[in-house]
Amino acid sequence: MSLISVFRRGLLGLGTAALIAAPAMAQQGQPIRIGAVLSVTGPASFLGDPEDKTLRLYVNRINAAGGVNGRPLQLIVYDDGGDANRARTFATRLVEDDRVVAMVGGTTTGTTMAMRPVFEDARIPFISLAGGIEIIEPVAPFTFKTPHTDRMACEKIFADIRARGLTRVGMISGTDGFGQSMRGQCQRVAGPAGITIVADEQYGPRDSDMTPQLTRIRNTAGVEAIVNAGFGQGPAIVTRGYAQLGIRLPLYQSHGVASAQFIELATPAAAEGVRLPAAALLVAEQLPENDPQRRILIDYKTTFEREFNQPVSTFGGHAYDGLMILVEAMRRANSTDGTRLRDAIRATRGFVGTGGVVNMSATDHMGLDLSAFKMVEIRGGAFRLIGN
Amino acid sequence: MDAKADAAVLSAAARPRLSARWATLLVLAVVIATIPWFFPSGFYFRVAALVWVTALAAVGLQILMGQAGQVSLGHAGFVGIGAYAMALGPKYLGLDVLLCLPLGAALAGVIAFLVGRPILKLKGHYLAVATLGFGMLVTMVLVSEVGITGGPDGIRVPRAEILGWRIRGSETFYWIAGGALLIGTWIALNLQDSPSGRALAALHDSEVAARTIGIDVAAYKLRAFVIAAVYGAVAGGLLALMNGFVTPDAAGFIASVEYVTMVVIGGLASVPGAVVGAALLVLLPQALTVFHDYEHAVLGLLIMLFMIFLRVGIVPGLAALLRRRA
Repeated sequence: MSLISVFRRGLLGLGTAALIAAPAMAQQGQPIRIGAVLSVTGPASFLGDPEDKTLRLYVNRINAAGGVNGRPLQLIVYDDGGDANRARTFATRLVEDDRVVAMVGGTTTGTTMAMRPVFEDARIPFISLAGGIEIIEPVAPFTFKTPHTDRMACEKIFADIRARGLTRVGMISGTDGFGQSMRGQCQRVAGPAGITIVADEQYGPRDSDMTPQLTRIRNTAGVEAIVNAGFGQGPAIVTRGYAQLGIRLPLYQSHGVASAQFIELATPAAAEGVRLPAAALLVAEQLPENDPQRRILIDYKTTFEREFNQPVSTFGGHAYDGLMILVEAMRRANSTDGTRLRDAIRATRGFVGTGGVVNMSATDHMGLDLSAFKMVEIRGGAFRLIGN
Repeated sequence: MDAKADAAVLSAAARPRLSARWATLLVLAVVIATIPWFFPSGFYFRVAALVWVTALAAVGLQILMGQAGQVSLGHAGFVGIGAYAMALGPKYLGLDVLLCLPLGAALAGVIAFLVGRPILKLKGHYLAVATLGFGMLVTMVLVSEVGITGGPDGIRVPRAEILGWRIRGSETFYWIAGGALLIGTWIALNLQDSPSGRALAALHDSEVAARTIGIDVAAYKLRAFVIAAVYGAVAGGLLALMNGFVTPDAAGFIASVEYVTMVVIGGLASVPGAVVGAALLVLLPQALTVFHDYEHAVLGLLIMLFMIFLRVGIVPGLAALLRRRA
């Protein structure tokens, strides 16, 4: 609604400008169209909603500051409701009908994978906001992504376990998409990280008691740490069960529960001492003054929270990163041609976003390394950044 | 009323009926053949192809719901089976993807046959709940067997190839889907006018009456269920081929409800009604994007208005209105 009025105002402004200025100027002021297919409603709306809000907010801010290369941005958002088929149709619409120059969106791995061929065929850059590693591995020429992958979370956890001088890990995973994907990635990177997985338990996403699985892990000979790959309420129940059983082994949760809600659900007493890898946004204020991300994180956080009066989430941050990487690439390429834009995105070096410092290359279309994740520990009911 | 007038009424009812079948097909064929002239971009081919494919699934459900009077809230389950056959067949059995289309349809038919026998003994709400359960079961398997089906993130479907020619592009699929819908509609209309169709109509009106005149009610219900499943699976297979990718949403509960809505809104008793209902439900979300944030509310409101003012469905309702005016 507000978007339409913004468009209308923008178009009116353009019309007046074109009347006053010479006709040659008209082309110069044509808006640059950017598409976004997001799961604003449906089961993934907790991801899609902050993404949608972030994109609208920042496109308006960029336009207020004069646009990109002298042209305003025009954002076209479609809601796929989490449905891959609908996402694909909207992707076709963006490419064929709206003629966008680039796409920032794709809330889930499923919708992203369904849309990818549309943008690859049209040779239009596509920056996805979904987590799955299959989006960029193997690399598709026009597809990028901004969020961290499950594999990085596993590597970060394993590195921290190794730093404690431990190697033998018991895993407990949810059977939902997130848990299964992370479980697979952890198994894959365990060997190279010098970790042995000695127990592998699972639970359903709606289970209300995980103490049997935890007991089995505790009784497995030689377990030195527990890693929980899960999302939603499952990890909170695991944490409570872990406290209830009085298990003394270090417990690691995934980046999927990096929110204050998790501590509330698990109770601060049970969650005391639990560690997890999280995006820096969670602990923005605790970052040292010289941290390159600090300024941008606090800026995004205050801007978002002031505008929408709701707590910021890392998912909106992924959208911010995607949009800014694209805008920077457009400035560098001084063009909206698909291939030149792609080359410019690929040449992104040292871009500081909410997700980390991005260094893309022809073989890496995400550009994040392990420093993008911060290891945090829950102490006294709050996330505390620990010596990274 | 004497016998002569009776015969006249009968023949008057029978004659236009026969031609109505061909008229319906002709209108559909003309629409499919001519609307591409008005498409300003390739996106419209995609949407229209989606309409035809969705309509094919809806026509199948119309046979079960409109003709046999049996409700199904699990139709998308069969669509999902057809769609996943296109992904899993080539991946695990090394089959050609095009071969998987009939195989998926056959598989859906067999599953419908096995599931239908116990389920169709139920009536009304109980049948609705049982079919709902079936649909959810399919979704659950697709979601949780991550190792095989790719889980909630979905799985890729290979591109089809005939003698080195790769089937791709919205325009190609437009003609394939349009052709499939024409054939599907032709079969459904023929069925409606065949002895089997009349048997279905009879058991729709009253199972007891149908049984007393010697109709094997259980067998006919099962037949309608299997036919509907095969329609759904073919539509699912085409959808998977068109998208090159499939996720469990294709088999989900929401999709099942949408198919039921299409059949009801278009007109339960009408085969072309299912096509119109499908067109409406595919096109409206595209048209309503201007109501950003409120599109779902507007969609719901429109469906309610249709149901209030055209209670028997769009096609029969408009036909009645026209007749009254004439």
